[in-house]
Amino acid sequence: MKNLIVSPAPHAHSGDSVRKNMLLVIGALLPAYAVSVAAFGWGALITAAISVAACVLFEWLIAKFLLKEQPTIGDCSAILTGLLLAFNLPCNLPWWIVIIGALVAIGVGKMTFGGLGQNPFNPALVGRVFLLISFPVQMTTWPRPLGFATSYVDAATGATPLATLKQIVKGGDTGLIDQLPDLWSTFVGYMGGSLGEVCALALLAGGLFLICTKVITWHIPVSILATMALFAWIACPEGMCPGQYIGLTLCTGGAMLGAFFMATDYVTSPMVGWGKIIFGVGIGVIVMVIRTWGAYPEGMSFAILIMNACVPLLNRIRPKRFGEKKQ
Amino acid sequence: MNLVVISLLILGVTGLVAAVLLYMVAQKFKVEEDPRIDEVQAVLPGANCGGCGFAGCRALAEACVKADTLDGLLCPVGGAPTMTKVGEILGLAAVTAEPKVAVVRCNGVCEARPRTSEYDGVKSCQILNSLYVGETACPFGCLGCGDCVAACQFGALSMDPVTGLPQVDEEKCTSCGKCVKACPRGIIELRKKGPKGRRMVVECVNKDKGAVARKACLNACIGCGKCQKECQFEAITVENNLAYIDPEKCRLCRKCEEACPTGAIHAVNFPARKPKVEEPKKEEATV
Amino acid sequence: MTTFKIGGVHPHDNKSYSAHQPITECPLPAKAIIPLIQHIGAPAQAVVEKGQQVKVGELLAKAGGFVSANIVSPVSGTVTKIDSTIDAWGMKMPAIFMDVEGDEWLETIDRTPDIVTECNLEPKEIVDRIAAAGIVGLGGACFPTQVKLLPPPGKKAEVLVVNGVECEPYLTCDHQLMLEHGEEIMIGIKILMRALGINRAVIGIERNKPDAIARMQELAAQVPGVEVKALKLKYPQGGEKQLIDACIGRQVPSGALPIEVGAVVDNVATIFAVYEAVQKNKPLISRVMTVTGKSLSKPGNYLVRFGTPLSDVVALAGGVPEDTGKIIGGGPMMGRAMNNIDMPANKRTSGLLFLPEKESRRQQPENCIRCGKCVSACPMGLEPYLLSKQAELAMWDEMEKHDVMDCIDCGCCLFTCPSHRPLLDYIRMGKGKVGGIIRARQAAAKAAAEAAKK
Repeated sequence: MKNLIVSPAPHAHSGDSVRKNMLLVIGALLPAYAVSVAAFGWGALITAAISVAACVLFEWLIAKFLLKEQPTIGDCSAILTGLLLAFNLPCNLPWWIVIIGALVAIGVGKMTFGGLGQNPFNPALVGRVFLLISFPVQMTTWPRPLGFATSYVDAATGATPLATLKQIVKGGDTGLIDQLPDLWSTFVGYMGGSLGEVCALALLAGGLFLICTKVITWHIPVSILATMALFAWIACPEGMCPGQYIGLTLCTGGAMLGAFFMATDYVTSPMVGWGKIIFGVGIGVIVMVIRTWGAYPEGMSFAILIMNACVPLLNRIRPKRFGEKKQ
Repeated sequence: MNLVVISLLILGVTGLVAAVLLYMVAQKFKVEEDPRIDEVQAVLPGANCGGCGFAGCRALAEACVKADTLDGLLCPVGGAPTMTKVGEILGLAAVTAEPKVAVVRCNGVCEARPRTSEYDGVKSCQILNSLYVGETACPFGCLGCGDCVAACQFGALSMDPVTGLPQVDEEKCTSCGKCVKACPRGIIELRKKGPKGRRMVVECVNKDKGAVARKACLNACIGCGKCQKECQFEAITVENNLAYIDPEKCRLCRKCEEACPTGAIHAVNFPARKPKVEEPKKEEATV
Repeated sequence: MTTFKIGGVHPHDNKSYSAHQPITECPLPAKAIIPLIQHIGAPAQAVVEKGQQVKVGELLAKAGGFVSANIVSPVSGTVTKIDSTIDAWGMKMPAIFMDVEGDEWLETIDRTPDIVTECNLEPKEIVDRIAAAGIVGLGGACFPTQVKLLPPPGKKAEVLVVNGVECEPYLTCDHQLMLEHGEEIMIGIKILMRALGINRAVIGIERNKPDAIARMQELAAQVPGVEVKALKLKYPQGGEKQLIDACIGRQVPSGALPIEVGAVVDNVATIFAVYEAVQKNKPLISRVMTVTGKSLSKPGNYLVRFGTPLSDVVALAGGVPEDTGKIIGGGPMMGRAMNNIDMPANKRTSGLLFLPEKESRRQQPENCIRCGKCVSACPMGLEPYLLSKQAELAMWDEMEKHDVMDCIDCGCCLFTCPSHRPLLDYIRMGKGKVGGIIRARQAAAKAAAEAAKK
């Protein structure tokens, strides 16, 4: 008989793996990506391809030549980072800016801390915010989602609904209310903005798929969206129907993308239920504060990054123990 | 102009007040410390390994300054030269201790000790030891997961892939004793380095009866007592089927090595014998 | 449908290989080895000598303390030596070696197949008979049963919780026992209720055994106070604390025993042994074990006399399959992989599981991605990712603060970890260390208190 293998219990495994989780998230992003391609055309394809390729390449290069360890690109996390970064960029962004974004996301956001699992901030958002501050003009010039376009750079650009909303809320320009899209089209329609945030419906479907496959739990998305809705209801600008304002708040900009895909990133979100809810509420409040009073029309990236910094603190919240006495 | 003067004045006065305050506070809360502590600490290696039995180099320095004699205070890393320097600073006579070195008392190399199972858990001797006998049948021998290697701060230990046993680099070993504590089976011993690094060691800790020990490992000490009879200096004792050579009494005559039927006794760092060159690989493994 | 409230996982149950296989008796061995440690607590003290003739049912070794159990001869023959043998993990253990001669039983043992229903013994007599028979918890922990029946002063038992859950994947011995000996188990429950002076018992059975639930419900209908609870499938439902939570909705506080909430838990196999000991005067000399595996030719449930080498049992089940990589004593979640099968069957061996080589190896661990899945899986509400890191860094005080002593070794954390991190390996080691520190502290406090008295 061959020598037997011994190891401590348990001897069974659920079959779950990092790679599987990453692939499921990538899968959940695909419907939204399909809509983006339909809306933007070549720009969406090229930007995403550059971003994914650059992220994977940088991770491989850094692991191989700087850290001198076995590259871990097999776990597909770099692909996901690249895809999420692309989702947060305007689709006509010059290719070299995308590559800089990928370098910052992987190099600064992830590998400097020791790779997957060690980074305190969401890498894709680190990349995006770096670009937003470094290239404010290019990063806020949004092409209009007019259908499949074959040109990459020369897309027609225009204001996003959020920018219009900002003028109404902050500038008190109530005359612009008529220019806002109606509720239904904000939900299913082509909304101008970053590559990935065109269709709230597709993002919501992807998010629900992730909850159903138990890749993420409901805590973070629900608490973010509920907080944002509640805030919008209370702070509804005069002359606007609260329903429309809530709808616009949740369906435009990075709300869906952030709530389901960015904030729920395993590494940079809390572990325990209550921590996750506080995390989500914090993001919701910060987003709405930035949207209402801040300089930028959208604040999802900043909100998530700020709350990422609170995660070590939120992780001190302990789960409910078995047989714990009520106090 | 006026504005500039006022600003300068305000800043200057604030700075002055702050400086005075800081000075007063520093005077008030000054901790009187023997300056020699810093001096002593400066000559210590600064590895903070804890091998001296204190929390770190600073703690040892404090203990040295406080003590009347350096007896019992020894930095195993720096050894005698460091302690002499410490003695010079404090005006005390350094107590010289024999230099020691970590010795792995197991020679269960792969060929001698057949593997009976394959361990697939965490590479940790401590965990393996708490659950299983190890990958071989010997319940005393080296488990080969390298807890000692991980514990060594000086890079003196490494796993030999051929023998599956840890190797001690005598140049780097500072005899701090971390590996001794890390080994769950108590295989590693700090022994006197000996003249020119020469010493006799029983490289086995198996306390089983001869036949059982031999079945588990061809290189095991079977407690036959032949070495004890051979030794003219009463340096060898056999207890619980295991021989032990007392380094204080051993005169390095190498008779026990010849007498040992299993080759458990090793002469380390001796020049190779002329008539038969006995397995030079084993020598390497012990160095 | 009820189940326990915190955590838990859903491993594939894999019970089909040996489920509904009738209990088959394993032939007697030529030589038997009876280990002196077959339970939690002090080793038993041998009371026989070399060369002595013994019959089945004669005392071989008596309990070595309050928490300890008698060991009764499972075979008849001559004691050849009292020496040490190697257990399934390669460690030494003391044992009595016997040459088996015939199969002669003590006359006092009732070997007829008749079921004895009536029991009019006093509680004290029942407990004495259980202690004399050397009965221990056959669910896996092997805690001496008589100790559980003597609640410490100030505590009162209220409910008997019967463990028919068998939440470990692959194992089917308790299931089969309930199907074949349900009636005896029901009498055993009545005996234990009598011994404890209580009138309520809850039998917990998981939904994947509908025939056992139906059978036990049918029998329970005739006994007042006994109730069968069908439980939702979830591992580790058979854990003592989880089972009490699932069956009667009470949570045993951290560090306390089930008696704190008035519960006494016993496994169905233990209760069957109680029936045999009290009603038939037959001590614990054998147990049903599941021998199973995907490639095994005759997986099934075997009645094995203690002392029989496990290799004999394996031979009966068709021999070790060619592709075996790992043999596990018990189930895949909490069972221990064995490095040989020469060990004799004893009270602890609830099953033998043969895993093919491709399922035997762990996957390479990756970085922790802080997904928190271990936290939601932990049935005790602990944070395994944190405890494991603390153990790696030898932070024993921190581990104690984070309640590592509550860990029940169930393995849910490691089972669920997508990064395949060896969480439980480290936590188990840390638990051992912290336990040692706590015991040392208690001993020191006790010594100090005694010194103060003087």
